[in-house]
Amino acid sequence: MIKLKGIGVSGGVGIGKVLLLRKDELTVPKRKISHDEISREIYHLEESLIDTRREISNLQKKISKEIGFDHGRIFEAHFLVLEDRVLIEDVIMQIKNKHVNVEYAFSQSVKKYVDTLLKLNDEYLRERVIDIEDVSKRVLRKMLKEKAATLSDLKEKVVIVAHDLSPSQTASLPKENILGFVTNIGGRTSHTAIIARALRIPAVVGVEIATENVKSGDKVIVDGSSGYVICRPTDKTLREYHKKSTAYAKEVKAIHIPRALKARTKDGKEATISANMELPEELSLVKEYGAEGIGLYRTEYIFLGRRDSPSEDEQYAAYLSVAKDISPHSVVFRTIDIGGDKFLSRPEVPKEMSPFLGWRAIRFCLAHPDLFKVQLRAILRASVKKNVKVMFPMISGIEELRQAKALLKECKKELKSERKIFDEDIAVGAMIEVPSAALTADILAKECDFFSIGTNDLIQYSLAVDRGNEKVAYLYEPGHPGVLKLIKGIIDAAHNNNIPVGMCGEMSGDPLFAFLLLGMGLDKFSMSAPQIPKIKELINSINFENAKGIVENTLKLHTPKEVEKYLHSELKRILTSESYRNILMV
Amino acid sequence: MERFEKQIIVNKIHGLHARPASVFVQMANKFDSSVKMEKDGEAVDGKSIIAILSLGINNGMKIRLIIEGNDASSAMNDLKEFLERGDD
Repeated sequence: MIKLKGIGVSGGVGIGKVLLLRKDELTVPKRKISHDEISREIYHLEESLIDTRREISNLQKKISKEIGFDHGRIFEAHFLVLEDRVLIEDVIMQIKNKHVNVEYAFSQSVKKYVDTLLKLNDEYLRERVIDIEDVSKRVLRKMLKEKAATLSDLKEKVVIVAHDLSPSQTASLPKENILGFVTNIGGRTSHTAIIARALRIPAVVGVEIATENVKSGDKVIVDGSSGYVICRPTDKTLREYHKKSTAYAKEVKAIHIPRALKARTKDGKEATISANMELPEELSLVKEYGAEGIGLYRTEYIFLGRRDSPSEDEQYAAYLSVAKDISPHSVVFRTIDIGGDKFLSRPEVPKEMSPFLGWRAIRFCLAHPDLFKVQLRAILRASVKKNVKVMFPMISGIEELRQAKALLKECKKELKSERKIFDEDIAVGAMIEVPSAALTADILAKECDFFSIGTNDLIQYSLAVDRGNEKVAYLYEPGHPGVLKLIKGIIDAAHNNNIPVGMCGEMSGDPLFAFLLLGMGLDKFSMSAPQIPKIKELINSINFENAKGIVENTLKLHTPKEVEKYLHSELKRILTSESYRNILMV
Repeated sequence: MERFEKQIIVNKIHGLHARPASVFVQMANKFDSSVKMEKDGEAVDGKSIIAILSLGINNGMKIRLIIEGNDASSAMNDLKEFLERGDD
């Protein structure tokens, strides 16, 4: 038995067998294909072989140039494998006769030959095997790059243990078969954490050495509440945790408060509590937790893990079903925020040194008006019930907002001439997550209908902290006085210009900060659904006057620790000891 | 259309592995004729590196080349010469 400590980011206890995803391991999905798909799979094979050939050829040139011609020749065997008739025919045979997808067929064929070669037990051959495996990995990566590694045909319930999970991997997971997540890196706001919370799957991230300590099939306990991961537990520990798991389930039920309950302070100030969501499966959860609409709908998932771009009709159908389902409440669609830690399966998006500062979100969209307009038209068409809003991510200055609005106007004009119906007065918002936007919020507020503060990025940009890097994650502090001042400035600028301001970062779902934000005058709180009952309970237990009263004092404090300590002491004073314990989970 | 079949003793210190196997396959692929390599009754496609490697041919082993096609004669000459020649 080994007990590892990480950061518990999604509560609950998960007990089950490990499925280890190695950093370098390619997860090859197996999929039955129909007769019509055969030629497409074969085409994909040829395409991947040609792409890999080009890649190796470039590598060879580079090595020849840097080390010498003869060393470049080490890739000759690689080329031969790529053109190997026996191998290629074997793959095609499998696709045709067994009706399996190309990635699976290819990996099976390679495995067959590698096994034969290893049986010969010859040290020279072993080196050839390494060549073959290396080149086939390159080919597989080419194949999977565009389709994204999927775990979608997981047959049994497992705990996923990985170095890190890419958003496209997480997006393709079969949620019903995941008992828990454990990752080496990441923090409270990493993608895995957000998804895990939304789906109520226990998760522990930032364990650092999780992958080194388990192998697939090991029994493991994930305690997402305490942040412990217990590998190969003893029977006694297992029994303890089974009890804990049952107790946690009860606790979750107990916190359920009437979903129709509005968030209104004892002295009558109302706030809107809505949910952040990404996957269509989350909708029922969102309603179950009593969200008053969707404050942030991340549209990326439609674009992830696929080779083509979704058509206008496909997007329209997806957006419309959400809008209909959530009505009479409203939904804020954030236009695609690709790049950064999100990944779009588009070959022309190059790998960047600093993706968070790179070509992403609105920058990418404005550079691809063709692609962007398809999404804008789809969102507009989904607005027939007048409960749809659109929001642009990563606005850094007024010009970007103007350009995006101009494209939206073009789309409206087109739709009108096509006699398609939509909400002419659709509300347009700017996501405020770049410090320059926060500091010029008064300028932006004059040209949009609402703000939504994206704290996850605002914090990391303001504090220059990569939230995915476990070495510096400790610096990621929502309570940093610099962050609080920026937020206060944004809220004031919005109100001075008579537009509402919401927050869709994890911070608004944290009761400690929700208390302060309410005092600052934040109008809308959007968070992952499971946080909603707690925040509603908090708001219903306090007076707005109390919250307002602590803002000035908080902003005078010097460190994040002082801020948290002060907010805790104030809440302890205001709330009954029971609701303080319940809401703050202490 | 010609067909040639010849028995050859491989003269490569490391057998038909690493480099020599690659060179053999590259040479074979320059000809239109089909090239089969047979060892202990097992015949494989001589234009496939993977197939040749899987025969596990060591130095001094006896193999049989079966070449069929329009340029079979010159293919046999070149390939036989290569296999019987010592390492470059």
